[in-house]
Amino acid sequence: MTRPSVKQVWEWLETIPDPEIPVITIVDLGIVRDVTFDGDTCVVAVTPTYSGCPATSMINMDIETCLRDHGLDKIRLTQQISPAWTTDWMSQKARAALEDYGIAPPQPAGGPQRCPRCGGDHLEKLSQFGSTPCKAQWRCRDCLEPFEYFKCI
Amino acid sequence: MAADTEKLLQFLLRTGDNTLVLSHRVSEWCGHSPILEEDIALANTALDLIGQAQMWLGYAAQVQGDGKSADDLAFLRDAWDFRNVLLCELPNGDFGRTLLRQFLFDAYQSVLMGRLIKSSDETVAGIAAKASKEVAYHVERSADTVVGLGDGTAESHKRMQVALDYLWPYVGEMFESDAVDTAMAEAGIAPDPASLRADFDALVGRVLAEATLTRPDSPFTHKGGRTGRMHTEHLGHMLANMQWLQRAYPGCEW
Repeated sequence: MTRPSVKQVWEWLETIPDPEIPVITIVDLGIVRDVTFDGDTCVVAVTPTYSGCPATSMINMDIETCLRDHGLDKIRLTQQISPAWTTDWMSQKARAALEDYGIAPPQPAGGPQRCPRCGGDHLEKLSQFGSTPCKAQWRCRDCLEPFEYFKCI
Repeated sequence: MAADTEKLLQFLLRTGDNTLVLSHRVSEWCGHSPILEEDIALANTALDLIGQAQMWLGYAAQVQGDGKSADDLAFLRDAWDFRNVLLCELPNGDFGRTLLRQFLFDAYQSVLMGRLIKSSDETVAGIAAKASKEVAYHVERSADTVVGLGDGTAESHKRMQVALDYLWPYVGEMFESDAVDTAMAEAGIAPDPASLRADFDALVGRVLAEATLTRPDSPFTHKGGRTGRMHTEHLGHMLANMQWLQRAYPGCEW
């Protein structure tokens, strides 16, 4: 096949959902750092969200499968840890999608702005940690529902 | 291996083994914590620590340069080759002791990572920058829990004081210096551990005071882990568990 453009590869990657939070894509999440070609090998640089996140290996497999499905067979994935991933790299689209999905998006203030269910702002932290390394557990005192907050790092 | 490379390797093994061994200890709580939120929190902490171990030991393997990986270092070494401080390998004890050990380690780690971010070695600085974000969450939570339990009921206070008396003699080892540390400090790769003590004492003093716990004043220190001279009897048992798969099925991969 003819070599696809870098832009084309980015478009393909933009269709890959995050394995834990499928409403956002890995590109929205900001973990795909670079796409280049080394000769005819497609090199994708990926950075982990949290260093021990078990979704990392799944994401790598999803990238490889996606690119193979589009006819690329020479693929190299590299892990880039510096600069460290930050929630600042998450797109606005992703923040809105997270909130729709019931996960409060990260805030620089260090806690959720409002309850993703009722919009209430009387909130309390239940635990610094949640169902995945990137989330904490909070509760809304207005609607009394617990919800997850995407931690700001 | 050149002398400098050997010393860098030792530094990386020490830093990596601390996180690997503590990660395994903390993961032993999975499914056994007093409440679900704490279970999840401990499992997440263990996960972050193992992620950090992967980065430190991955770099150690690269420096060693004989084609080995982080997995090889984690699963194919025996107790005498580990370079973690003794504090990390101690059995968990009760929930309070586990969280107090976590706090003492988190406090040390938060001071150390803050300094390593400025390391002259780019890879060390990169790993530290990544880890420091996670460590900030760890220390916030473990400090809160130490205060909650220390300044809690009469029973929880008593248990936390017993835990502190038990763990305190293991704190000093984190600040011991030897030729490896001198070489790292001279090269600007890592600070002399002794220079971290003042910040550590300030942080720990503040939290223990709030937790109404009394810091033991004995200067006695158990040591031998980070130099590899002598580990406690507990490490071997822990490794037998952690490495059983590689021991039962050498070279097994999936």
